[in-house]
Amino acid sequence: MEGTILTTKDLFVYYDTKCAVNNVNIEFQKNKITAIMGPSGCGKTTLLRCLNRIHELNPSAKVEGKILLHGEDLLAIDPILVRRKVGMVFQRPNPFPTMSIYDNVISGYKLNGIRLKKSEFDEIVEDSLKKAALWKEVQHDLHKRGTFLSGGQQQRLCIARALAMKPDVLLLDEPTSALDPISTSHIEELLVELKKTVTIIIVTHNLAQAGRISDYTSFMYLGELVEFGATDKVFTNPQNEQTERFLTGKFG
Amino acid sequence: MKDFSIKWRIIKNNIFKISIIGISLISIIPLFLILFFIFQKGIASINLNFFIAGTKPTGEIGGGIANALIGTVILVLIAFAIAVPFGVITGIYLSDNKKSKLASWVRWAVELIQGVPSIVLGLIGYAWLVLPLSKLTGGKISFSALAGGLTLSIMMLPSIIKSTEETLKLIPHSLKESALALGVPYYKTMLFVILPAGLSGIITGILLGVARIAGETAPLLFTAFGNYYMNVNILKPIDSMPLLIFNYATSPYEDLHNIAWGASFVLVSFVLLLNIFARLVVKRWKVQF
Amino acid sequence: MENQYLNSGDKNIGVEKSTPNILHKKNWKLKEKIFKIVLLFAGVTILLIIGGIILSLLFSSIPSLKKFGFSFIIGNEWDPVNEKYGALPFLIGTAMTGFLALLISLPFSFSISILLGEYFKKGLLSSFIKTMTELLAGIPSVIYGFWGLFFVVPIIRNVEMIFGAIPYGVGILTASIVLGIMIIPYSASIGREVLELVPNDLKEAAYSLGATRYEVIKTVSIPYSISGIIAGIILSLGRALGETMAVTMLIGNMNSIPENIFAPGQTIASIIANQFNEANNELHISAMIELGLLLLVMSAIINFLGKYIIKKLSVEG
Repeated sequence: MEGTILTTKDLFVYYDTKCAVNNVNIEFQKNKITAIMGPSGCGKTTLLRCLNRIHELNPSAKVEGKILLHGEDLLAIDPILVRRKVGMVFQRPNPFPTMSIYDNVISGYKLNGIRLKKSEFDEIVEDSLKKAALWKEVQHDLHKRGTFLSGGQQQRLCIARALAMKPDVLLLDEPTSALDPISTSHIEELLVELKKTVTIIIVTHNLAQAGRISDYTSFMYLGELVEFGATDKVFTNPQNEQTERFLTGKFG
Repeated sequence: MKDFSIKWRIIKNNIFKISIIGISLISIIPLFLILFFIFQKGIASINLNFFIAGTKPTGEIGGGIANALIGTVILVLIAFAIAVPFGVITGIYLSDNKKSKLASWVRWAVELIQGVPSIVLGLIGYAWLVLPLSKLTGGKISFSALAGGLTLSIMMLPSIIKSTEETLKLIPHSLKESALALGVPYYKTMLFVILPAGLSGIITGILLGVARIAGETAPLLFTAFGNYYMNVNILKPIDSMPLLIFNYATSPYEDLHNIAWGASFVLVSFVLLLNIFARLVVKRWKVQF
Repeated sequence: MENQYLNSGDKNIGVEKSTPNILHKKNWKLKEKIFKIVLLFAGVTILLIIGGIILSLLFSSIPSLKKFGFSFIIGNEWDPVNEKYGALPFLIGTAMTGFLALLISLPFSFSISILLGEYFKKGLLSSFIKTMTELLAGIPSVIYGFWGLFFVVPIIRNVEMIFGAIPYGVGILTASIVLGIMIIPYSASIGREVLELVPNDLKEAAYSLGATRYEVIKTVSIPYSISGIIAGIILSLGRALGETMAVTMLIGNMNSIPENIFAPGQTIASIIANQFNEANNELHISAMIELGLLLLVMSAIINFLGKYIIKKLSVEG
């Protein structure tokens, strides 16, 4: 497909002998939001965690196939390099508790030992926090610890932290499931705005959310990719019976 | 963001991991050195005579550890007899009264007792048990196995109390409630339902306590004092394995050193086996809920 | 008479024989009360024990406190013959061996904490090192001293000869080395426990930013657990201060302020162990008990500090 930025090719993921991701082929579109959905245990989180190779933290994980970003196989290069191009935001907001807001945003640089001038860091902090729609609220408190922020604000801080690395793709693992509805809608608005600069892949179990913000939806069941397509098409006219059952709430 | 710096970071990462593994392994080298040393030197002295002979006057060969061995057994028995019931009961008290102010003071007191240096406990043993008895009996009874055993029991208490409390805390509430719901009185519930359920944890605490005091010397220096002769009278001074090792090791005579090596071998084997037994075997007896 | 009710041969189901029943009830209510009183009594006795310990030490130190007051702590002469008692050499000896032992033990206990708390939380290597560390803690002090005398002392003696120092063999350094080995297990186990508590998602966030494992440990795991790690270090210092037998056998037993780490010295614990039984007048005994009191206060403060930090951690975390 034209406009593809990230492709998984014949992707299999095994935990010991159990197959969690079974022959998945997806072409994620650039500067669009793609939702990955499915009932619990369908492999959507495993798939997401492959894309920045953080599944490797589990020693029993084995992967076959290719993940191509701009044509380059992410599984063949060093994971550290992968994670600079593909960022991740987690389900529960987790700013580093021992660091200030400022330090949290540039923690990617600090951790990687990249030294820049203070003015450059200042710019990155302001830019990322603005992109994460958090700048106005914290610009005077940059040197306070992030833990005084509300849940929604903390999550936006985590988004800013990931954005600071200027990744090509941003992965989000159920980013609003731990938040209240108002914070959730803030983040949804934010993501729609963000897709202009970064490609977004979001795992969500919230059908309405996927319907609201995603351009493309992929549906997974028991480790297999059952359906993939433009969201409005998938929602109104699903090709696959299982997709339809999921959409109509017959199983969660 | 150069590729070169990533290679360097990966190298740092691997160096760190290797250093951590290496230094950790080096840390346990002393253990093997000690065990090997003691085994090598001690095994030569061990024979039947070693175990049944008492202390011999300097210069005479054929001394053994019988006095000290029996002494240790007696001291541990005395300490055991006092610390176990006292400790378990206190442990039950603490596990039952989680919120009471008095109970939290008792908990702090237990921590404090655990922190008292062993030599200071020896001083206390002297002040409470040796001196008064000596004054009372006009010097007839002063240093005694009783004083030593009682001092050791104070040392043993914190470990028994803590492990009892911890074990009982882990037992699900529902067990207690179902027993009480059957009309079983509270004290019977504790003694015949809850305590047996936590037996493995409590026994572990007791065994570890015994292992600790069997090897203690400092509290005995001014209480049990040590004895040249075989003694089973608890109102008289008594020898013990650690005391023997201390005295012989610091003496200038080689044959006494050899006996000390043998005694060390016996003591270390006992303590280590008890430790291993308590941690591995008794854990298997743990009741599953 | 109680058995009339309990006798199941009697098929009178539901018929309560009131008199024996009440008797039976009264019986166990009494036992209940006794049980609860015994529990309370045990708890109170613990308080009496610790209270008694402190009071006894204070009381018996009075003659010495009266005579020397504050100069006991700064006096550097310990002279039983002339009845002059100053604790400074022992305070310095205790502090020197304690801190030196801590320094020696730190890299090892730190490595073990990280190994077991980060790299190998489970598995064969983990169980092996855990068990070995626990066994290290189980070896009696007197055996460490004995081994130290015959293994470490000759080595140090050779080192001293190379350096041109007096080849005592025993001394502050020797005692500190063995003491350091003895306290490794304490800070290692506490360090490991706090590192295990670092939340996984925090570490994953750091990994997702491209950090290596070493970088995650350095910038996330350790800062997160730093109070616990420090508490473990403080507690192992407390342990070192109270150690008696190994130190007594290895420190050289010289009642003066050591000039360097190769020189012999004396700690509070070792002077008490050496001299107490020879003390035969009231002032001497009182002075030694005051030493014991000092030691108790020192280690109580340090232990309290360490345990307080740990308690604060478990409330927050």
